[in-house]
Amino acid sequence: MNPGLQRTSGQGKALDVAAIRADFPILAQQVNGHPLAYLDNAASSQHPVQVLDALQHYYTHDHANVHRGVHTLSHRATDLYEGARETVRAFINAASVREIVFTRGTTEAINLVAASFGQRLVPGDEILITTMEHHSNIVPWQLLCERSGAVLRVAPINDAGELLLDDFIALLGPRTKLVSVAHVSNALGTINPVKAIIAAARARGVPVLLDGAQAIAHEPVDVRELDCDFYAFSGHKMCGPTGIGVLYGREAILRDLPPWQGGGDMILTVSFSGTTYNDLPYRLEAGTPHIAGAVGLGAAIRYLTGLGMANIAAWEADLLAYATTALSTIPGLGIVGTARHKASLVSFNVAGIHPHDLGTVLDQQGVAIRAGHHCAMPVMERFGLPGTARASFAFYNTLGEIDQLVGAIRVAQRMFG
Amino acid sequence: MAVAAPGLQDLYRQIVLDHSRHPRNRRRPGRYDREAEGHNALCGDKVRVYLTLDGTTLHDVSFEASGCAICLASASLMTDATTGRDAADARTAIAQFKAALTGGGQQLAGDLAALAGVSQYPSRIRCATLPWQTLLAALDASADTVSTEPMSPSP
Repeated sequence: MNPGLQRTSGQGKALDVAAIRADFPILAQQVNGHPLAYLDNAASSQHPVQVLDALQHYYTHDHANVHRGVHTLSHRATDLYEGARETVRAFINAASVREIVFTRGTTEAINLVAASFGQRLVPGDEILITTMEHHSNIVPWQLLCERSGAVLRVAPINDAGELLLDDFIALLGPRTKLVSVAHVSNALGTINPVKAIIAAARARGVPVLLDGAQAIAHEPVDVRELDCDFYAFSGHKMCGPTGIGVLYGREAILRDLPPWQGGGDMILTVSFSGTTYNDLPYRLEAGTPHIAGAVGLGAAIRYLTGLGMANIAAWEADLLAYATTALSTIPGLGIVGTARHKASLVSFNVAGIHPHDLGTVLDQQGVAIRAGHHCAMPVMERFGLPGTARASFAFYNTLGEIDQLVGAIRVAQRMFG
Repeated sequence: MAVAAPGLQDLYRQIVLDHSRHPRNRRRPGRYDREAEGHNALCGDKVRVYLTLDGTTLHDVSFEASGCAICLASASLMTDATTGRDAADARTAIAQFKAALTGGGQQLAGDLAALAGVSQYPSRIRCATLPWQTLLAALDASADTVSTEPMSPSP
């Protein structure tokens, strides 16, 4: 019935995918009369029962506001919230919990840097990004440039979807104040040469922000080994809840960042003659935070760590290789984004079928993919495409689901052929 | 899997597939009286409608488009259904088409009935209504670009 499922287990793989799938109740359903093949993980991943249980337990037993109560529940909630911060710190090997700022997600983390770090920019300063950025790593800088008179520079990519590193380095100039690049491209799957990027920027004294939204759940991330200044990521792309994310910032940089939002929790004292701000990271977290979100994120990280990020990366590399080969056998199918170093997603177009139609036909066969511009319109413009279909994999996906994808595409070809 | 899902045959009926493969009146005329552009940011569909008027009669209706099969077929069927009609009749046809797809309207007549299945796919209704909304904008000589998305999220 589903040969991929059998192939994935019991062959000496470090991950027992069949057992893992039992942790994800949402995956065990029929959609439009077919077994669900959830291949839209780059948009949002699913949740294991361990995360759902942690949320349920928190709301059932421990919820109160954090950092202010004298009562037991407030202590418990504070311990859980700050415990999650420590879990995040350990996961990315940050030096201190003072470097872990909870946000609503990657988008808010980048906006935080634009709003706060951005205050030091003056007309003529430059921010350097790449063509392959998600809109959330473009628009905050465009807004900042409008406010400050700074200039946005964009490093080009080649036809495989790889950053042209020499062009990137050539764009690093005396006025460059920040580099902000995707660790992994959401539209193409390209893994950027972030160590070379960071080395080049550091040699010129330019801080680097990595948009880690598409990397964090797919490979081990060590911010000290990377030597980046900021690292942004989202909980909901790593089996955690929506509405919670993280901005890692090197403490030496965060210390000098002005507050970006005012409110409770980010202050020490408030009076009409003047207000003093709280220490890191609280100075950058105004208002009651998403406590349950942090708790769920902590549970998600424990789950991923239990599986082992290296094991996850290895299985996803197998999925990518299998999908690339299988999709390449389909006549008329062209893969968009053929970088040598790729994360486990495949963007593609099928001749004669608009991605939107393909998405609908696949959905009717239980296959969930993304169709469109993937919030990366400049990438689509670079390749002269209105959009692509994108299948993106997680560690709980099987070879059988990729077979299902391939079969569904062939059905679409027969319909539109 | 010879038959994917019965619903698909209802969405992509033969007439719809035929019009999407071979759209009628897909051209930019040498001269025209009115034009309007519409797009849906979410799916990237773009439509431009050209109108040549003879008094209040739609002497010629044509379009250029980049879009999915539903959008192309709807635009093609629209030009067939509105060419030669009076502007007031065309406005009525636009209103009836939108009502039929969003529920509550009367059944569509003739070849247009082939698009009725779209009403069962909420995410695709705006693909079908975009050309019609753009034709309405051309009739209104509205300068603004139109969209059939209630909001146009482009995350």
